[in-house]
Formats: sequence, C-alpha cells, structure tokens
Amino acid sequence: MIPASFDYVRAASAGHALELLAEHGDEAKLLAGGHSLLPLMKLRLAVPGVLVDIGHLDDLRYIRVEGDEVAVGALTRDRELERSELLRAEVPLLAHVAGQVGDPQVRARGTIGGSLVHGDSASDLPTAVLALGGTLVIQGPAGTRTVAAGDFFQGFFTTAVGEDELLTEIRLPRTGSHGWAYEKFTRRANDWPIVAVAVVDGRVALANSGPTVLRAGATESALAAGASIAEAAAVADEGTSPSADMHGGVEYRRHLTRTLVQRALETAAA
Amino acid sequence: MDVTMTVNGVESTHEVEARTLLVHHLRENLELRAANVGCDTSSCGACTVLLDGHAVKSCTVLAAQAHGCEVTTVEGLADTDGTMHPVQAAFRAEHGLQCGFCTPGMVVATVSLLQDNPSPTEREVREGLEGNLCRCTGYHNIVRAALAAAEAGKVTA
Repeated sequence: MIPASFDYVRAASAGHALELLAEHGDEAKLLAGGHSLLPLMKLRLAVPGVLVDIGHLDDLRYIRVEGDEVAVGALTRDRELERSELLRAEVPLLAHVAGQVGDPQVRARGTIGGSLVHGDSASDLPTAVLALGGTLVIQGPAGTRTVAAGDFFQGFFTTAVGEDELLTEIRLPRTGSHGWAYEKFTRRANDWPIVAVAVVDGRVALANSGPTVLRAGATESALAAGASIAEAAAVADEGTSPSADMHGGVEYRRHLTRTLVQRALETAAA
Repeated sequence: MDVTMTVNGVESTHEVEARTLLVHHLRENLELRAANVGCDTSSCGACTVLLDGHAVKSCTVLAAQAHGCEVTTVEGLADTDGTMHPVQAAFRAEHGLQCGFCTPGMVVATVSLLQDNPSPTEREVREGLEGNLCRCTGYHNIVRAALAAAEAGKVTA
C-alpha cells in the first residue's frame, strides 16, 4: 500500500512549520513520527496535499522539571518517555503507559504530541494525560495558548488544536509515587485496548469507551464522597458509550470497564 | 525529491517520490531485499531495520523522513569477511527460523533489543519481540536464539 502523492516539506523550526500551515491551509498535515498518520495515508483514509515534517525538530524533544510540573516536548518519542529516569520518578504513570504503546519499533518513532493530536479514543497516551490532568501548550499564528487536558479531546479524532496550530508542550503535575495504575485489556499482544483505565490521584480516565477518552465522573464523585472501591467501580461505565465490534458487545465492554476500574483503583491504593 | 542516507555504512543519494516508503527505497533503489513487506500495516515487523540505531518498521517510515539518517539492514550485520553477527549465528545455531520470511526483521529486532538490554530474561525477550510475528509460529526457537545471543555477547564482552 502506497500513499497518494503529496508534497513533502521538512520544517526548519516550529515557526517555519506554522508558516507552512498558514501557507497551505487545510491541504497541509503535520508529520511527527508518522505512526498514526502514515497508516491512514497508506489506506487512503487521509490524503493530504502537503506533509510538513516536524519530526526532526529536536528542540521540541525534552523532559524537564519546571516548578510543580514536568514539561514534556511534544516531539518526545514514546521510547524516550518509557526510558526516562526523571519521568519514572516524577510522573511514573506516563512513563509506564508509554511503554505499553504498540511495540518497541512503534515506540521508537511515535511521539506524545502526535498521539495526543491524533485524538484516538482507544489510545494509551491520551488516556494517561487525561488522568494526569495536565496542560497542553499550543502555538498558533496568534501566539501561544494553553488548554487543560480535560478540554483538549473534543470529539471523534478531534482535539483543541486548530489546523493552523501546533502542539508544542505537555505540562504534567509531578505526582511522584502517589498511587497510580494503568489497566489495559487486549486479546493479543500489540492490539489496541478493548478498554483501558488510567488512575492517578483520584482521577479515573477510560480509553475506547466513547468518541474521546473520558473521565469516569461517577466513579470519581463516588470516591470523593467516601464510597468504597467496589461501590465506585460499580458505576464506572456511567456516561460511557462503547460500541460493539468483533471483540465484544456493548455490555461486555461496560463489564470490562467496571472490572478494570476496580482493579486499577485497588492497585493505585495498594 | 533527493534523499541521502547512509545504509550499511555506504552513503548514497537517490531521487524518489515523496511518498516512497523506506522499505521500498531499500528494496528497489538500493537492492537490499532482506527487509520484507509482510503485513504493510506496521504490525508484523518483517520490514524491521535500524534507523539511527533503533529498530523501526520501514513500511511506516517515508524515505524522506530518513534523509540524513543512518540505516542498518540485516545485510549490514555480518563482517565484511562473512563472519556472522552473534545474533545471526545464534539464530542459525538455535534454528530460530522456519520459512525465513520474518527472519530479517526478527534478527534486527533482536539486535536492537540486546543493545537496550544486554541480559534480558525470557519474558523480556518475548515482550521485546512483540512487534515481530512469525507465521510459522517458531517463537520458542527464536526466543532461545535471542537468549543464546545475549549469552554469547557476555562471553566475548
């Protein structure tokens, strides 16, 4: 399978990338690691006229402590997140979840920013970032703005990043070893999760349970009101809208959600 | 467009279409046909090569993205005198292949795995090779080969 023809431009800087986006409008797509976009292009589900390659912008590849937060450059690869001692100490959920993405070859190319902007509701890193409650830094023609993780995922493969904008940084609270867990259920190694659950600091995020990654609001409210883990997990599928596919029906996914939330809350509390 | 990359130690420049995938560039322009196109969906790993030292699936990388990079295919692993790389030797000794289609990718993925983790446990080998499928289901010998290569690496180190 070969993508449809396109023009390839390698951006020299974030500013250059923004200029290219402004010049080419909705014909242009940003290319980071390419592990979400290129498969779609090979299937001709995405047919951009211009690819703006930002994958070599090393100044957007970093993990550093800034005050109460850890700042992660949007082009940091999954492999770097997974292996970062700093991240393992300061935001261990994110380092762990990065190590659950795809396989080692995929993690050598995929970037955190690419995964977040792709906005797949079945994806690992968006689930972790939603649970962590970070802040996303977005550059555009009018300058830089920030969006809370809870406002970032807006619909089916749709995020707060506009067509003329670039996600540059992900800012995450330094949770330290505060209780966290990630439960990902797959039928085969390497598959997308049928359901996945990220828990940290009382926040619970769900993958593949609706058009976007979701917070399990009923569970969080129950926990805040003093409910037991079992009671809180029993309402974990409230507000979800999973769809049936070859892996299982709706009730099966709802059951998985409740079960995995219970396991994740127990692990996080241990 | 022109792309320049160093493949198995040799730099070359070729004019390619922007949409050319790295695996097709290697196979068709450079005539390095070890990396196979298997699933073509970044699942099976038969197209695995080292890109700037790390294993990647060359069916999901544009040749243009590899401009300025170093690529190693399984053809580049053996010494110039034909002495096999320790991972290749271990795959032969442990019969880590059946039909051979997945083998170039398995060998390169194992090289990358052992660079990251020179003394893996069996579980770490199995997880480290999860991006490579063997449709002959010859996994047990492949895992034995990876562990044997790690052991051989310790002896010569």
